[in-house]
Amino acid sequence: MLNLNDIIETINMIESENLDIRTVTMGISLLDCCDSDAKTACDKIYNKITRLAGNLVKTGCDIEREYGIPIINKRISVTPIAMVAAASGGDPVMFAKTLQRAADATGVNFIGGYSALVHKGFSAGDRELIESIPEAMSVTENICSSVNIGSTKSGINMDAVKLMGQIIRKTAAATADRDCIGCAKLVALCNAPEDNPFMAGAFHGVGEPDCVINVGVSGPGVVRAALKKCPDGDLGEVAEIIKRTAFKITRMGQLVGAEASKRLGVPFGIVDLSLAPTPAVGDSVAHILEEMGLECCGIHGTTAALAMLNDAVKKGGVMASSAVGGLSGAFIPVTEDAGMIDAARSGDLIIEKLEAMTAVCSVGLDMIVIPGDTPAEVISAIIADEAAIGMVNSKTTAVRVIPAIGKKQGEELEFGGLLGTGPVMAVNLNKSPKKFIDRAGRIPAPLQSLKN
Amino acid sequence: MKTVISVIGKDTVGIISKVSAVCAECNVNIIDITQSVLQDMFVMVMLTEISDLNCSFSDFSDKMKKLGESIGTDIRVMHEDIFNSMHRI
Repeated sequence: MLNLNDIIETINMIESENLDIRTVTMGISLLDCCDSDAKTACDKIYNKITRLAGNLVKTGCDIEREYGIPIINKRISVTPIAMVAAASGGDPVMFAKTLQRAADATGVNFIGGYSALVHKGFSAGDRELIESIPEAMSVTENICSSVNIGSTKSGINMDAVKLMGQIIRKTAAATADRDCIGCAKLVALCNAPEDNPFMAGAFHGVGEPDCVINVGVSGPGVVRAALKKCPDGDLGEVAEIIKRTAFKITRMGQLVGAEASKRLGVPFGIVDLSLAPTPAVGDSVAHILEEMGLECCGIHGTTAALAMLNDAVKKGGVMASSAVGGLSGAFIPVTEDAGMIDAARSGDLIIEKLEAMTAVCSVGLDMIVIPGDTPAEVISAIIADEAAIGMVNSKTTAVRVIPAIGKKQGEELEFGGLLGTGPVMAVNLNKSPKKFIDRAGRIPAPLQSLKN
Repeated sequence: MKTVISVIGKDTVGIISKVSAVCAECNVNIIDITQSVLQDMFVMVMLTEISDLNCSFSDFSDKMKKLGESIGTDIRVMHEDIFNSMHRI
């Protein structure tokens, strides 16, 4: 018989500490949907997605009910559309609309993969896709877009970085009437993982199987609650508690992933060991750091606390799962984290500090609202800085900033739901990086890339 | 399939009898029962076998939930594996 205390602990985690499975994401390869005729390709895409993922939402709900564990999101990631669209040419927005239809038919809340991988250069279809992102994001609701602009192995494609600064501005402008929400679904990545179940950066890599189930766990509230029981322990003890908690959370993710894969008849890919916050009170990564002893997230000491948290989460989680992948680490999306929203409002959390934090955790400058008049070259420079951190440290970094068109520092954007709300944060606009960005070209791969 | 029925809340007369009655009605076999007072809460846990359930899982689960609401306790029906995977290596 199970131990009563264990049962109560699990129920408490779910009921009062917001433990949940953040996402069950089905990765679907669309490589066999390529066609010289764009319309035929779109039909194939729609048919394949609805055939494979037709039962995804229902299966997720069944598991949720039987196991008593909430599965917040059921999602799909697909092969980067630039590859599929390259075969037919034509307007890539047609593919975005097809994905939207498939999202509506399957009932998933996001499909990720309106993407291009251009870390070394543009191939056929890549530039067209990137340039179509503003329109695609404005005519669809549930499609996420990502562009990989750099990697440790290939360096940083500064042509793409320059272009992405402009595209992010255009996407914000195209969705200005909806709080610039297009940019909340658009991310520029360095070292993008091919099996990431989390949006907006999810896409189905070309080395992946035809169809696969990946799971992303969550649970910042559980970690915080566990730490609360140890107010005076030293940091060694704190790390130990985080590890133990991460182990339990991940085991649950493994169980749900394995069960979903069995029921759907699709191979199980990975568990993404992430601490993914939500705007709900008690589900914040910032509050974990504050529980560790920082008066507010963003002050000096934050990077060290976050580094320890991130490492302990991985150490605890890795043994609990048969295969770990994706982003795996603590997320710090500002608008999606109640503690970070407060810290950004009070001015204790600034973009420069967030940049430092991204060197020690997944993923990057995430869900940050910046002034509406931020020039494209400054956004490009932010992307370049972030990509450099990822490239040199062989880790994934990303930039998902939202220029708040027509708004200035102090005002706020409200996306609602999991995307949350956030104040416009200050960006250093005193001096310009324009000349550096206009040079374009490629930043060569660092010595770290020569591992053979 | 084995499930864990957990009852958490205020202790009242006849809880086990009422929960057992729903189990019997749905053809659910009780394997083990344990109860205790933890952190000022009455906690009762029942391990059950639901392979021969005569209704759908969600109906059974809903019945238990409604019963819980009527007697002022939280009753949950959850697959045993969630606890096994979390607390046993």
